[in-house]
Amino acid sequence: MTMLDVAVWLCGAILALAAAGTIYRLAKGPSLLDRVIASDVLLAIVGACLAVDMVYNHHTNNIILLVIVSLVGFLGSVTVARNVGLERS
Amino acid sequence: MSWHTVLDVIALLCLVLGALMSLSAAIGLVRFPDLLSRMHAGTKPQVFGLFLMLTAVAIESGEPRMIPLLILAWVFQLLTAPVSAHMVGRAAYRSKHLHEENLMQDELRDVVARAGHEESR
Repeated sequence: MTMLDVAVWLCGAILALAAAGTIYRLAKGPSLLDRVIASDVLLAIVGACLAVDMVYNHHTNNIILLVIVSLVGFLGSVTVARNVGLERS
Repeated sequence: MSWHTVLDVIALLCLVLGALMSLSAAIGLVRFPDLLSRMHAGTKPQVFGLFLMLTAVAIESGEPRMIPLLILAWVFQLLTAPVSAHMVGRAAYRSKHLHEENLMQDELRDVVARAGHEESR
């Protein structure tokens, strides 16, 4: 178990716990906007997992995927926030 | 302790700290009482957590030409996180997700009232 393995195992455990808490809020969230924020944090965790994979396997192939994942998270939450306030015309 | 291992230690420390940022955001999401405080915790991993992760990737990759791309990825997140938090907060305030008892002082109410008053004149 080199130092890299220990760190990546630790990061995996921490991110799993973070994802569990976020999914708990995603399921329980009383209102739609709670779920939007929880999905935003979940996408940030997915981005973090991508970064951990890049560090562990010594490549930087999915840096573009990380940018796209974070932008999709942003677009999703802005769209929902935009449309939650509209009166049902 | 050659120079390479020092860099490795720094990269792995950044990685673990970035993961802890996401954990703190998840704990904030679970424990905070109402939506606006949860929103405060929600943007933590996007900006600082991602920054730590990207420094770890930059140090591990060792290629200086990756740095601009990583900075671009981070600046995108830096610009978009406040905008999405603002939009969600505005939608939350407008659509009565607000719990008055958690607020100390609500400056926005008089601004909205004044705006409404000017509109109706």
